[in-house]
Amino acid sequence: MEAVNLLSSNRYTEKQIGYLFISVLVNSNSELIRLINNAIKNDLASRNPTFMGLALHCIANVGSREMAEAFAGEIPKILVAGDTMDSVKQSAALCLLRLYRTSPDLVPMGDWTSRVVHLLNDQHLGVVTAATSLITTLAQKNPEEFKTSVSLAVSRLSRIVTSASTDLQDYTYYFVPAPWLSVKLLRLLQCYPPPDPAVRGRLTECLETILNKAQEPPKSKKVQHSNAKNAVLFEAISLIIHHDSEPNLLVRACNQLGQFLQHRETNLRYLALESMCTLASSEFSHEAVKTHIETVINALKTERDVSVRQRAVDLLYAMCDRSNAQQIVAEMLNYLETADYSIREEIVLKVAILAEKYAVDYTWYVDTILNLIRIAGDYVSEEVWYRVIQIVINRDDVQGYAAKTVFEALQAPACHENLVKVGGYILGEFGNLIAGDPRSSPLIQFNLLHSKFHLCSVPTRALLLSTYIKFVNLFPEIKITIQDVLRSDSQLKNADVELQQRAVEYLRLSTIASTDILATVLEEMPPFPERESSILAKLKKKKGPSTVTDLEEIKKERSSDMNGSAEPTPVNASNVSTPSPSADLLGLGAVPLTNSAPAPSSSGSLLVDVFSDSSSVAAPLAPGSEDNFARFICKNNGVLFENQLLQIGLKSEFRQNLGRMFIFYGNKTSTQFLNFTPTVICSDELQSSLNLQTKPVDPIVDGGAQVQQVVNIECISDFMDAPILNIQFRYGGTLQNLSVKLPITLNKFFQPTEMSSQDFFQRWKQLSSPKQEVQNIFKAKHPMDTEITKAKIIGFGSALLEEVDPNPANFVGAGIIHTKTIQIGCLLRLEPNLQAQMYRLTLRTSKEAVSQRLCELLSEQF
Amino acid sequence: SFTGLANQTFCTVLLYKNSPSLKTRESEDIQQQIIRETFHLVSKRDENVCNFLEGGLLIGGSDNKLIYRHYATLYFVFCVDSSESELGILDLIQVFVETLDKCFENVCELDLIFHVDKVHNILAEMVMGGMVLETNMNEIVTQIDAQNKLEKSETFIFQSPRQDR
Repeated sequence: MEAVNLLSSNRYTEKQIGYLFISVLVNSNSELIRLINNAIKNDLASRNPTFMGLALHCIANVGSREMAEAFAGEIPKILVAGDTMDSVKQSAALCLLRLYRTSPDLVPMGDWTSRVVHLLNDQHLGVVTAATSLITTLAQKNPEEFKTSVSLAVSRLSRIVTSASTDLQDYTYYFVPAPWLSVKLLRLLQCYPPPDPAVRGRLTECLETILNKAQEPPKSKKVQHSNAKNAVLFEAISLIIHHDSEPNLLVRACNQLGQFLQHRETNLRYLALESMCTLASSEFSHEAVKTHIETVINALKTERDVSVRQRAVDLLYAMCDRSNAQQIVAEMLNYLETADYSIREEIVLKVAILAEKYAVDYTWYVDTILNLIRIAGDYVSEEVWYRVIQIVINRDDVQGYAAKTVFEALQAPACHENLVKVGGYILGEFGNLIAGDPRSSPLIQFNLLHSKFHLCSVPTRALLLSTYIKFVNLFPEIKITIQDVLRSDSQLKNADVELQQRAVEYLRLSTIASTDILATVLEEMPPFPERESSILAKLKKKKGPSTVTDLEEIKKERSSDMNGSAEPTPVNASNVSTPSPSADLLGLGAVPLTNSAPAPSSSGSLLVDVFSDSSSVAAPLAPGSEDNFARFICKNNGVLFENQLLQIGLKSEFRQNLGRMFIFYGNKTSTQFLNFTPTVICSDELQSSLNLQTKPVDPIVDGGAQVQQVVNIECISDFMDAPILNIQFRYGGTLQNLSVKLPITLNKFFQPTEMSSQDFFQRWKQLSSPKQEVQNIFKAKHPMDTEITKAKIIGFGSALLEEVDPNPANFVGAGIIHTKTIQIGCLLRLEPNLQAQMYRLTLRTSKEAVSQRLCELLSEQF
Repeated sequence: SFTGLANQTFCTVLLYKNSPSLKTRESEDIQQQIIRETFHLVSKRDENVCNFLEGGLLIGGSDNKLIYRHYATLYFVFCVDSSESELGILDLIQVFVETLDKCFENVCELDLIFHVDKVHNILAEMVMGGMVLETNMNEIVTQIDAQNKLEKSETFIFQSPRQDR
């Protein structure tokens, strides 16, 4: 209370202490906060620049949501008012920026925005700097509204760059004109694509001038001078890279960075490596970057600073392509032996990815990974060795080589447990390929593995037991030896339940089962479905914001989703081809083992989606969203989206023209999501035909918690597009923004109609005008399985009419689409052609657009 | 983002904090932990290595960087997110130190310890809510002088009999 009194004092010292007190004690105590807000409001209105400054500082420092609610409307007015003092304007701009960062929804856009843009022309450079910061952040979210800032920024920049160093007086810092403002302006320009030709010419001139200045002899020996100059230069280079359109500038930038790579300032080497990393991804400069490979490798070997070495590793990774992969991987492996512990795991992942991506010769790949395990076994995560096994199993040309190499590697007196795992698995599968050589006869292989057995942890031992039973099948001649081992007390009476069970089961299996059965049960593993490497996903996760999330946790969560998705659609059920029973025994739990060439079983493709490349941050739709969307056409429940932070599950029900969708947002991290705001967006067109009502959700989602949102749906008339679900939230200080398509499609409002053959064909004929029929002939994307197809048609919503079509191979369906305004009868016929692996799909409805849309939706499914 | 300075004897002053994660947790412990971690990271680095450090977990993950400068016995550490230019912040630290130098006339470590409030005010003129406010040294010094004058004139009033209350 005393603090509030101090606030309302007229004395500067008292007021200042009051504000200091409040900034520290920010508890949003409801009673007090009202009084405080009131005092702040008075100060804001006081027209005394000192008091206004104090008030703005306080708001910015606290920056809470309550503050935003109270003042977000007020500050823009102060900012653009003509009579506001420069220093206050500066504070107001940053204060607004702070509020916008914490609660973007509370800062209203309006006519002030255009006036803020004009602050770029302000006389006072401090105001311009602050305004540029503000505009940069706002423009990232509302590029359209601030488009005019581009040309203003460019002209401002060109004025600064070309000015003599004395023109700007106080804002010249060690002979560099307004370095901070230049940096900010260049940052702002990075929010936009290259401007139109007129402005672009001017900008290119600026950038060239900046690059030229770098070549001039320094005007001062002081480190501050070069720092400031280079700060501008690096920002200019980032802009050039961002625009990625002027090959000339790009190459110059690359050369400049090349010079910095050997500069004696560590800071510059660090930044040069960092910028070059982004430069390497541009097609114009990739080759130019590659010329510096020796320097970078040298940096890896000689730099004393781990941060710099880390950057060097990043750059090597970025510049790697088929031509230099062998060299780079070799260098990274070399470095790994002495690398700092903190970055070892990342290097391991990178090596593993590069080795796989650029492997022409898979023997090289196998060698590389085994080397990796030898050098840095502790840092080889499960993903890495899972992946080797997947690749070896999928490529029969390396299996023999792999078996031979692991066999040799295992002979080292001390080898890492991960090597034992890989060795055990590979020999269990392909040991027979090298058994012909007397030096690696079955018994020798077995003894070699068993010599490691007692030194290993429980999971590895379990895996080895599975290898043994596989040996029983591969090499009947050592069956007795293996049975003896399994029978020994240390196995049969092992304290660990898993080991004991495996020993008992395998022993029984080997004694009872005939060779035929053994051969079937212990058959070679089927190839894994091809998909993006899980290692890559791991690396992305490591790089992403959620370095905290425990991998195990995610796995668990993921598997519980699979089991938990309310009703496994019939499609999935029939999809699971009989997996070899040994699959589960081998303890590769994280790798889905279904022999599923057939249609996307929800688990399989889910993983693909999660791993799909998400490099384009600004992309309007989250990657994989389309695939996920397609999967929901014939089903109502499941996981719509998942990344390392967030999982979105759906559960929906539809009846006639009404529907209800439950959206579940799960926070997968251990940190709170703030300002969590999901919005369902309908295009204008869609709004007239689809009525969606959502309730807002709590803006805070605790770590590990799940919140639910209900969407009530009413279909007014037939529609084409799907609504978009946009989700924004703040995680660990960064704003996350993602969009997915919400699977509300026309076919959800289907009611099945049963009818006889006669009725069907009678109606079929009635709907014979060319506008009512839409036909599509397409290649089967998935194996043509009758049961799956039936399930999909039912899932699509129509009735499946049996014994209607004279050709029993064809499928026909009928139903009515219910909308509020009209009801549309629909007939469909699907004719598979097994020889050609094609389908012909015909839809006849009373409305052309509906036939068209349904045909589109359904064609995607087969 | 926050600013801190530390001397070589593990006596660290956290001058300024402004980070959403800090605000929500509001915990003194975490602040102390951050100081310790930062000090640990920064103090064991040699001269001639680079002045940027990838953020640890505590300061908000890989988006945040520690940028520090070493002056005689003191380390000045800024923690900033990716919206700031690294070299720019390095220069800002220089401006900060030069400003301190001007305001205290040959600043030394003890000045900073005994006049934390003043240091705080100077920093408040430069950085606001974790964002760079003013980089022009003369402007900053003018503001600080104006404040000092105000303070002095008011102290004078305090010492005279207070009739207004």
